[in-house]
Amino acid sequence: MAAKTIISRPIYGTLSPQPGTHHLFLADAEGALAITDMAARAPGGFFDGAEIVFIPGPDGQYVAALEALKPAQLHIAPSFASLLPRLRQTLTNAHMGLRLYLAGTEGLIGQAMQVALEAGIDHTSMQTEHRGSLARRMQCVHCKGITENVTTQPATCSHCGLLLLVRDHYSRRLAAFQGVCINAEDRSEIPPMEEIFR
Amino acid sequence: MSAGTTKLDVVVSDVVPVNDLVTRFHFRRRDGELLPTFSGGAHVVVEMRDGERTRLNPYSLMGSPLDTREYTISVRRDDVGRGGSLFMHRSVKPGLEMVISYPVNLFSLDLRAKKHLMLAGGIGITPFMAQTAQLAGEGGNFELHYTCRTASLGTYADVLRERYGRRVRLYHDDREERIELDRMLSSQPLGTHLYVCGPAGMINWVRDRAAALGWPPETVHYEHFAAPQPGLPFDVTLAVSGKTIRVGEQQSLLEAIEAAGVDPPYLCRGGVCGQCETNVISCDGKFIHNDHWLSEEDHRSGRKIMPCVSRFEGRSLVLER
Repeated sequence: MAAKTIISRPIYGTLSPQPGTHHLFLADAEGALAITDMAARAPGGFFDGAEIVFIPGPDGQYVAALEALKPAQLHIAPSFASLLPRLRQTLTNAHMGLRLYLAGTEGLIGQAMQVALEAGIDHTSMQTEHRGSLARRMQCVHCKGITENVTTQPATCSHCGLLLLVRDHYSRRLAAFQGVCINAEDRSEIPPMEEIFR
Repeated sequence: MSAGTTKLDVVVSDVVPVNDLVTRFHFRRRDGELLPTFSGGAHVVVEMRDGERTRLNPYSLMGSPLDTREYTISVRRDDVGRGGSLFMHRSVKPGLEMVISYPVNLFSLDLRAKKHLMLAGGIGITPFMAQTAQLAGEGGNFELHYTCRTASLGTYADVLRERYGRRVRLYHDDREERIELDRMLSSQPLGTHLYVCGPAGMINWVRDRAAALGWPPETVHYEHFAAPQPGLPFDVTLAVSGKTIRVGEQQSLLEAIEAAGVDPPYLCRGGVCGQCETNVISCDGKFIHNDHWLSEEDHRSGRKIMPCVSRFEGRSLVLER
């Protein structure tokens, strides 16, 4: 569970059914379980007008569990990048009454939120639930490169190679935590690297 | 002196009858300088010195925020109200020196919106006069739906139609023209924000339908200044200042507190902003809550009151003031 440390560090809730005319779910890996848990509390027929977009984890699990909810549409995507054009298209054509539910890793929630914010949905209007990995999407504040799935503290920038302190300081606009050089004074000083974002 | 209520010394520069019920008042600064900048949806509190009595009523600024040489308000005459609008209509003439508050905006546009959908009822049109002028100046995307009783009471309907053409849609009660609310709300593009100003019944109807149709609360904005309702006189003890006061039939609790020389914070004087929220120390009787600020739970608890619009009936009331 993500704890609130500083004000920009996102915290997530528990998905709950909202009033609306169209329900769009985006989830990756264990995020599917947030949807099936919510389905147990949702009114009958809730998924008749729902669309689920799902990125399975490496184990390929949970597709059947989502099919069993009988949503109006279930779209399986191999990666976030591959579903992005479809998501943009859906949001561009959508009307007020569409409700967005995001579940799974912080990387998925953050990137989907970034697209939804551009489409005019306030971040407080989206339902979110964190499930699965705590791996972080990180922006190097020096070279601006994004490194995905950061699990260690400190972490190496995959673009410029600097050793970065992964901060809780988060940017919704970039959908990334900020990484700041940890040994700028003396580059020969290498603090031990621990795996803490599992 | 209350937070955010710095005063402006103004002179009435023009008084223009608009129709049978509505008159427009223009104010300029007495020192000839520009007035403070404001944004569409802002209001000012106008001080009305009527003999012994001072009334402080809020009115939306309706001029363009792009022009601060003068402020304009429109006042609808209420023949059965507490007399503020009648005072404005009868006693305020060009050249009169008055005092108004700095503008305060409790009904501002959310400029992140992709589109602004505005619903006005009756004199609730006034904040939209300023908001549409602001948006038009910035090339903003808006649509205004305006309900009035009859064409002749459609205050500024002609001006709005001339300025904005098809972006303004009129509905006349006497011609049985009704907003198709559900269809309108369901066909708005994602990222639309909704603004509603008008009678309480209209605001409640629109808020309820918007919530049911999946509009998140962050996208629904409304403003309704509740005028303080008259009622039975009652006595109040102000524990902090050690005074016992009587609230008259036509007086609000806030006005009675002020008349006793106590200066509580306030902004809107219409039950909206929350500034004058006051703790109840003890009471024996029942509250008549008229505000839009406190939660239903707060209303039931008997621990809080908004003295600008709410009253009390019973034996004793002690406030932390």
